[in-house]
Amino acid sequence: MIVELGHLALILAFCASMFQLVVPTIGLRYRWFNVASLASPLITIQFLLTLLSFIILVLAFVRSDFSVKLVAKNSHTLKPLIYKISGTWGNHEGSMLLWVLILTFFGFLVAFFGNNLRNSFKIKVLIIQSAIACFFFAFILFTSNPFERYDIPPFNGLGLNPLLQDPGLAFHPPFLYLGYVGLSMSFSFAVAALIEGKVDSVWARWVRPWTLLAWIFLTIGIALGSWWAYYEHGWGGWGVWDPVENASFMPWLISAALVHSAIVLEKREILKSWTILLAILAFSFSLLGTFIVRSGIITSVHAFATDPTRGIFILLILVVATGGGLALFAVRYRHLNSTRSFSVISRESALVVNNLLLVVSSFVVLIGTLWPLFSDLVFEKRVSVGPPYFDIAFTPFFVAIAMVLPVGAMLTWKRSNLSYAIFSLWPALLLGISLGALVWSFQTGGRMLGPVGVSLATWLICGALADLWSRARGKTMVNRFFRLLRTHRSDFGKCVAHCGLGIIIFGISAITAWESEDIRVLSPGETYTMGQYELKFLEVNKFQNQNYIATQGEFRVYKDEDYLFSLFPEKRFYPIARVGTTEAAIDQNLFRDLYLVLGEEQESGMWSIRTYLKPFAIWIWIGAFSMAFGGALSISDRRFRFSSGAKKFSKAML
Amino acid sequence: MSFIWGARPLALSFIFFLMPLLALSVEPNEILNNPDLEDRARSISKSLRCLVCRNESIDDSNAELARDLRLLVRERLVLGDNDKEIIDYVVGRYGEYVLLKPKFSFSNIFLWLCGPIMFILGLLFVVSFYWRKTKTEEIHLSDEDENKITELLKD
Repeated sequence: MIVELGHLALILAFCASMFQLVVPTIGLRYRWFNVASLASPLITIQFLLTLLSFIILVLAFVRSDFSVKLVAKNSHTLKPLIYKISGTWGNHEGSMLLWVLILTFFGFLVAFFGNNLRNSFKIKVLIIQSAIACFFFAFILFTSNPFERYDIPPFNGLGLNPLLQDPGLAFHPPFLYLGYVGLSMSFSFAVAALIEGKVDSVWARWVRPWTLLAWIFLTIGIALGSWWAYYEHGWGGWGVWDPVENASFMPWLISAALVHSAIVLEKREILKSWTILLAILAFSFSLLGTFIVRSGIITSVHAFATDPTRGIFILLILVVATGGGLALFAVRYRHLNSTRSFSVISRESALVVNNLLLVVSSFVVLIGTLWPLFSDLVFEKRVSVGPPYFDIAFTPFFVAIAMVLPVGAMLTWKRSNLSYAIFSLWPALLLGISLGALVWSFQTGGRMLGPVGVSLATWLICGALADLWSRARGKTMVNRFFRLLRTHRSDFGKCVAHCGLGIIIFGISAITAWESEDIRVLSPGETYTMGQYELKFLEVNKFQNQNYIATQGEFRVYKDEDYLFSLFPEKRFYPIARVGTTEAAIDQNLFRDLYLVLGEEQESGMWSIRTYLKPFAIWIWIGAFSMAFGGALSISDRRFRFSSGAKKFSKAML
Repeated sequence: MSFIWGARPLALSFIFFLMPLLALSVEPNEILNNPDLEDRARSISKSLRCLVCRNESIDDSNAELARDLRLLVRERLVLGDNDKEIIDYVVGRYGEYVLLKPKFSFSNIFLWLCGPIMFILGLLFVVSFYWRKTKTEEIHLSDEDENKITELLKD
């Protein structure tokens, strides 16, 4: 009965979203502001109803109510509680419900915090947000209803895909969806601004934190996903340019561009039409990502429920949202002229270059991802586009971004002087080049990736620090240091985020250039060396856990005959799903990861063992989280909190 | 069109996806004694797609076919073929679909050039933007500024 209540709540939410499309619009048209103001309570109702229906679905999973098809297909009584809960969104239907829950949640936030927005503008934003929600409610109800029942419930469920029985599932999708869906806010704001034909710095002051928030969530979501892949895939792959990964990487790149162009719009009231275009594109890319992931149109290594009819429905949403947004843009962009000018050497120009590079690189990823499809349709030729392509086609643009970034960040608005930036940056440049040269002279073999990565990373990190230091002006060092503590949080945020990018570049080039691998067959009791370590293979144990059978190896690691630690790589077999997984044992520190995988049992009681030394692997994720943290610092800046400008604006317009 | 809408049986693709995790890719008994040849074998297998898997190279995959291909690559290496000959041989047998790095051919030309083309178009657009701005405001650029623009565009 309670499950039907969830279904009913979802249907009511769908009705509310349709109501929202019609009533406030009529209200706006005839200037009946009481009617138009229904937009806020209506979106709140949508949010609460969706929340109710989501909670009911979670409860069905927790109580293992196998009369619900979705639960029977994806859960099992023997599963630990946390995976019963996270299993709610470990499938297509449940994850779409989470999607739309977050969508209405963001709408609710606008209704709740948007008091300083002009009323008619806020209503327009809410109407557009509901239009998107309306499509997704229909999508869920008509093609992927999570509340369908069996007439005769099965005795037990089929269980969750064992690969998904991991804490990764609990956190990675929600963060990713918060990011994807967060970009719907930028979209709604952009379309509302196009309808009104007015974009100014107050608009940017609203859009920038929301986009930044979405970008932070995307960053965390992608980082968590890559971390999950790193320890779950048996060879430590943290990213393989798979279509599903690209699907989240493209909106990340575009939203990074949007965050930067919104700064220009906020400070200088230029790049208006460009920023609007980016806002439309950013959400289009996240819809495209959803389409790629759910339609199964492009084969991916990551498992996902795929179904052509669902694909067509999402394609429809994508076409309506993107096509509608772009068509509106084409009609209205001329209204968004800005008159101010800026010189070629200026912060504005630097950010234009940043935007150009980010957008081009994201389109390279887009074309590479969709090319197999295009080639099959147009040339009737099946081709694959894999990591070697992306490494060649994408990397140059990102190297260019890294090279330009520190200089661009130092320039001042309007008209700037290159010599000042160069004066402050030459230590960073010198240090970067010399560290790169040092690494080059130390390493054996000719790969340039390591030295170049170290150079770029040093340049970025020292450049970001130099930028922050130059902001604190003072006569003495102590004086300057105290000034530094009082600089704006957004300046700190910028520094931390840019350092984060440098750290990621360092981590990626280090792991790619200097990883070492060892594959061998061992019998228990044998010892082998890996780099500076001696590994002793003690024994293999089998034991039964709640819902799997584990085969666990025990290894002792020595260095210079001193015992350091033990590692326990594991293989699991899940009898319900009849599927096995590997659980690598990883010893992690700041300098290297020792990554150990237990392979197959060979004849005569020997085991195949894989050992990897991955230098500086952890820095990839330290870098990613620094970027997210930098963004968070920036959002927490006092100046962001809908400052006097916004208040003045709302008063003037009422 | 069957490829486009993924008519392949769902259950089957699901099994292929999970297979690599039952056991792991390159097995110890496949490895060549000569480390140089083995290095080459690894880099070749990283650029070849496992045909029955979901977007994995034969180096990462544990499907039977991937194993056969890995052994084939190593056999040829031992016989003294160079990398290009081996890749051409595999492409000859399975078609261009096995290449994870598409050929630089007529039909793929846009794939390879899209990045540079978009970048150049973008730059032209930006330059025209500056040009329009300076024209409407009737500010004449000095020679020095002109030089700066060309300097900037070179990067």
